[in-house]
Parts: sequence; structure tokens; C-alpha cells
Amino acid sequence: MDKRLERILPRVQKPARYVGGEYNAVMKDKSEVDTRIAFCFPDTYEIGMSNLGMRILYGVMNQIPGVWCERVFAPWGDMEQEMRKAGMPLFALESGDPITSYDIVAFSVGYEMAFPAILNMLDLAGIPIHSSERTSLTPLVIAGGTAMYNAEPVADFIDVVSLGEGEEITVELVELHCQARREGWTKAEFLRRAAQLPGLYIPSLYDVTYHDDGTVKAITPLDGAPATVTKRIVRDLDKSYFPVKTIVPSTEIVQDRVMLELFRGCIRGCRFCQAGYVYRPVRNRSRELCAKYGVESCNDSGYQEVTLSSLSTSDYPPLTELCDELEEFCTQRHVNLSLPSLRADNFSMNLMQRLARGRKTGLTFAPEAGTQRLRDVINKNVTLEELLRSCHTAFAGGYNAVKLYFMLGLPTETDEDVLGIADIAARVMHEWREAAPNKNRGVRITVSTSWFVPKPHTAFQWEPQITREEYERRVKLLREAITTKTVTYNWHDSATSVIEAVLARGDRKLCKVLETVWRKGATLDAWEEYFSFDRWQEAFAECGVDPAFYANRRREKDELMPWSMISSGVTEAYLWREYQRAKEGVTTPDCRTHCNGCGANKLVGGKCDV
Amino acid sequence: MSKLRLLFVKEAQASYISHLDLIRTFQRAFPRTELEIKHTQGYHPHPIMSIVLPLPVGQSSDCELLDFEVTQESDGAGIAETLNTGMPLGLRVLECYAASRPIRELTDLRADVELEYDGGVPAGGVDALRQLFARDSLVIEKRTKRKDLAEVDIAPMIHSAILTEADGIIRADVTVQAQNPGLNPQLLGKAIERYLPELTPDFIRVRRKAILDAEGRDFR
Repeated sequence: MDKRLERILPRVQKPARYVGGEYNAVMKDKSEVDTRIAFCFPDTYEIGMSNLGMRILYGVMNQIPGVWCERVFAPWGDMEQEMRKAGMPLFALESGDPITSYDIVAFSVGYEMAFPAILNMLDLAGIPIHSSERTSLTPLVIAGGTAMYNAEPVADFIDVVSLGEGEEITVELVELHCQARREGWTKAEFLRRAAQLPGLYIPSLYDVTYHDDGTVKAITPLDGAPATVTKRIVRDLDKSYFPVKTIVPSTEIVQDRVMLELFRGCIRGCRFCQAGYVYRPVRNRSRELCAKYGVESCNDSGYQEVTLSSLSTSDYPPLTELCDELEEFCTQRHVNLSLPSLRADNFSMNLMQRLARGRKTGLTFAPEAGTQRLRDVINKNVTLEELLRSCHTAFAGGYNAVKLYFMLGLPTETDEDVLGIADIAARVMHEWREAAPNKNRGVRITVSTSWFVPKPHTAFQWEPQITREEYERRVKLLREAITTKTVTYNWHDSATSVIEAVLARGDRKLCKVLETVWRKGATLDAWEEYFSFDRWQEAFAECGVDPAFYANRRREKDELMPWSMISSGVTEAYLWREYQRAKEGVTTPDCRTHCNGCGANKLVGGKCDV
Repeated sequence: MSKLRLLFVKEAQASYISHLDLIRTFQRAFPRTELEIKHTQGYHPHPIMSIVLPLPVGQSSDCELLDFEVTQESDGAGIAETLNTGMPLGLRVLECYAASRPIRELTDLRADVELEYDGGVPAGGVDALRQLFARDSLVIEKRTKRKDLAEVDIAPMIHSAILTEADGIIRADVTVQAQNPGLNPQLLGKAIERYLPELTPDFIRVRRKAILDAEGRDFR
């Protein structure tokens, strides 16, 4: 172990996250490796190791002969300080080597608030943050993940953006880079060639001009780059790589269990949900394969909990059959099944009994809005009766805690909608009184509200975010309306959501803001401990950028969105149609009931949900 | 039903695994064996498993013990090999056997304490430390479980200390009291800091070498 690291570790919190050596971490002989990849997650070890995408791509990349892909996470503040003091560059967990001279530095970016951490990690690695300052072929800085569906705020820093699911395109990209190094291409030549691979967006090959009012005037592809880059997907989930043998962290992480991915995409079409649009189309993994992977993953890792993961697990057609199939194994091995996301409209006693046999902790439902009118606007398609029936079932079955998630500030929201949330909580409470077999244990009902952030590639991408004052007024309104003692109300801190709203629909003018805020000390801004609203305000002011332009402005139909060169497969015409239906309060059926023609089916050659 | 004991090594990367995480790591490794760990009978059953004398984070050891109960009859044969197929780097089970001796008979532990001096060992340093560790009383400040500071005399807990010097390092081969109360050999550094501040090392590395009974024999 590096001597400097050995000296530092006794002084930092949770040192186990900085040493690697976990079971199943991939070790390779450096002399047999010609491509070193630093796979970076711009957040802490505990968060990054909980990311299934990271585990999949780690496995995929390490399967390529001659390639060694290693993990890199953002150090917590205490560790960063010690590393900078000791002059220790950011290193990869597997080898402990500084990543400065690696061939490829890849970031997995799931959320906008991680942007400052990207700059900070590059800097900690001693790599120039600007793409233009990195003139040689290595290190090539690439990024993927959901937040990259609008990569404009980081366009100055990233060489190549990989869109969509990375199983195939990552391999193609790595191979092209190998060829480039072998044949001595310039970086410019490599980028030109990379732009021809479907799914790769090269920010430097697009010239963006602006109108006087600050909106985008034109996006011009250069050097033969395509006008539109469409995301990549894996067509057949049964043939795609699944990390059965995956790293088992030696320290507790957020998702410390087997993550069994049942399907990708979501049939629901909630209009606010970016994941619901950009992960389309729906592709199921076969029940047999899910069961096999579940068993093998438990056997290899030793985990005693499996989470059946997807955007809306209760929509997996053979869910009950899968649970039945796993039952014998689970009983014998004391393995619990858990479901991350339940829909109130298809939650059943049958399903509940299969879950967490011994431990009945809490259940979580997300009605998202307080009235049927608003739920129709957002196309949530869950009724109050369904929610109450599900809660009734849960309480009757012995559960005594329910969490209810809502959003404030949804388009068209009125005070009546806000107060509707308090009403729902009261009715759930009433349901408990009616249904609970043992009232002595009491009940805990938690209402949580977050602040709606309009995201690109959704039906609400044209919508403004309500102002901070208005959001806080609605929080207060709801807080005062919730009078029941057994109902706890949590609301999301407002400042983070403002910045998130700015970054989510930002353009390239925000690159300067990001750099400024990072130079002022922003690092792990997804963490309350490190986030500073004042720092962002200062950065906006110094760069002459008005955050309200991005967060609180209604876009017109003909406005060219900064992310227009990127396609998730869902057409903009469809999103606009959904936006109009939202304003009319008309729902759209789920895509299993009826194909609504979003366009994503073209990605699988015609038919989704098979 | 059998009571079994593991003897294992914890070193390198694994020396940073905390006590609770170490238990979790073993819990995940046990399903590889045929053994059925006995669970507590409460509302939230959890495996009955205990690590004897938990090692402070950052220290290495050649002689850690983990006691557990299984529902079958077993003498532990083959268990070490199976467990080792699921271990992180730096964690290695040496033996699994029936736990016959009670833990209270474990009285001493022997450790290698390396005191690193980046500018070389100060002249006369070894002799000064020899005399220091031979004193009748060595009072240091120690954080108690209630998080406040207390004065503790560690001299009676140091049973022997053999000091040698090599390449900027003073190596102390110490035998200290293991439990009720035990002495963390790292605290020798505290004593140096208090009594001979000019000999305070730049870094201290501790490795447990042996666990002993009252007669000075290896405890198993």
C-alpha cells in the first residue's frame, strides 16, 4: 500500500472506502494490459457502489481483452484535504495507481448536482478540466448516465458523451480508442471518427449560437458529426451482460444487497419523469433468467437480500411467478425479497405476503399529487381509492408505517391541490383505524414533498419551475394543514432544487458558472454538508448568468432546446402532444394497454415490451 | 449443535474494515459452507457470532478469533478453505475448530509495534524508550466509552517490551494485557508523546502476533 495513503487513512472517516481489495474486485497483471480505464463516479463510494449501471459497465469493460477498468470515487471532504496536503493524486481503488496517465477517464453521471464533483475529480487527478486543454489522445475524458441527456453544462469539460445504455457502445468506443493509439491518430481525428459511432455525442463538434435574448439560435454540427445523436439501447435483455459475480463491498453501502434488474423502461408515462421517457422502450428480462441470476448472485455474494429492481417493479408481468420461483431458495437461505417501487394501483395482498416475511417495516407509495385533477395532469393514473385500498391491505397485513411521496410545484398546481395532500394523509390515517388489527403499536405516516424540477426530454421540458418564494409558501400551507400528530411532514430543502432546475435545462453558458462555483469550493454539492446556495449565487453573478432564465421561464413551442441534438428515441412531437394533454388534464393510457406512438419502438425495430 | 472458532489473519486492505463491517463480511461468507449458523430467537433474528478482542481499525493481526454456533454437529473441517473463497484481500481464515477453551483464559497479546521516524531514529532513542517502558507508572489520557478523557496508568498492563532499531524504525516487540481491561499497543505512542515528546514517532504501525494464556502459551 502507498505509504502516504497508510499515513492518511487513520485520520479519515470510513477508511475502508479508499482501499479497494473487496471480494470480486478485478485485479489484472499490468504487463498484460494495454488500456487502463478509470471508471469514475462523481460521488462517494457508498453511493457509487450502489449503482447498478456502474457494476454492469465495470464487468463489461473488464471482459475486453487487454483492458483493465478500475473504480474511482470522489473522496469525502476530510480525505480530499489530506490528499491535497500530501500531494497525492486521485487514485484507482484496484491498483492504487494515480489515474493521471490512464488512457480513458470515464464518468457515470446520474444527477446534475454531481457536476462540480466531475471537475474536482479531474483536478484531484492532475488532469486539466477543459477538453481544449487536453490536446493528446490520452487521457480521454468520457461521460454517460442519465444526466448526460443534457450534457451542455459540462460540454467544455467532456470529450465524448455516451448516450443511453452502455453495454455495446462502451466496447466500441474503447476499441476505437485502442485503434487510435495504435495508429497514432490525433485527438481531433479520433473525435471525428468517434462521432460516426451511433450513440456518441462529441460536444466540441457542435457549434452553438445564441439569440440576443439568450435562447439558442442554432446548433451546427461540424466535421461530419450527425445532426442528431440517438441514444443506444440493448435490444434483448436476455442476451445482455448481467453482473452475477459482482463486487461485494467490505463496508456498508446504500444498496447493500443484490440488485436484480427485471426490466428496463417503464410503461407508465408519468409526464414529469425523465427516467420514464429516456429509458424507453420497455424490455423485459425473462423470468427464468431473473430467477437464475437472483440465485447465482446470492450464492456468489452471500447477500441475504435481493431487491427486485426496475422503474416500476409491480409492472413486471410475471412478478408473482418470479417470487414463487424464488421462494424455496429464499426460505432455505433466509433471503428476503424487497421491492423498491410500488404502485398503489396494483399492490396486492398476494404480493405483500411474499415480501419481507419476517420484517414488516414500512411501505412507500408515491401518489405525487394531492388531487385527482393534478394526478391526471401529470398522468400518474393512480386514484385515491386505489391508494386507500392498498394502505388498507397493508395495515390489515400488519404494516404500521406508510411513507407517501409527493411533489410540490407541479404544473397547474393550485392551493387546493396542496391541501389535498393533507387530506390524503388524514384519510390514510382513517384507513389505519379501520384496518389495523393491533392499534396498540400505533402508526407512522410520513408525508414527504420534493420540489418539482422540470427535466429535459419530458413533457414538462417547456414548463417553468415555480419561484422559491412560492414553493416555500406552499410548504408552509401544507405544514399548517397537516394537524394529525401521527403524520410527519418532511420537505425537501429548496435551494438545491433551484440549482438542479438551472443545470437540468442549462446550455453551454453554464460551463463557466460550473467552473466558477467549483473554483469557489463546490465539490460534493449533492450533499447538504457541502452545498452552498450563496456560492452558486456568487458564481451566477460573476458570470452574468440569470438562474431564473433557466429555472423559471416558460419555453415556447418553437424554441430550440439546448439539448436538441440529443434524442432519447421519444420524439419531441410526442412530448409536445403529452404537454398539451397535460394542460387539458387528459390522461394517456400506459403503453401496455395501448401504444401511444412515442417513437421509442423504432429503437427495437418495431415492437416494445417483449 | 457445535460451538466453533475461527482463527484468521486481518491485514493490508482488510485492516481498514471496521468491526461491524467485519461481522457482515463473515455473515456473507458463511452461506458458502454447509453450516447453519444459529440465530437469536428474538423478533429480528440475527446470527450468533462474536469477534474476540476486536482489532482497532488500521491494525493488522495474525491471530484474530471469531466464535460462532452452528445447528449441526461439526468439527470445522474444511470450513477455512471454503470461507477463503469469498474473502476480501487481506482477510484469510487459517483454521476452524471446536471452541473448547473459554475466552477468559486469553490474558495476553503480543504485538509488533513499529515506530517510524522520517528523519531517522534520534540518537539514544531506543535506550530512552526502553527505560520509559520499564517505568512503574505511565499515565496517559485515554478517551473512555463515555467519550470523556480519563487518566489511565498503562505501566501495569505492559508485561514485556523488547526494543530494537533498524532503518529509521524502532521495533517494539511487546506483550500487553489482553482484556479486563486490555491495552491497545497503539497507546504506547501516547506515553511517548507525554513523557518523551522529542521521541514522538511520525507514524506507528501495529500488528498483533500472538494471543497468549496466563502461562504464555498460544491461546486457541
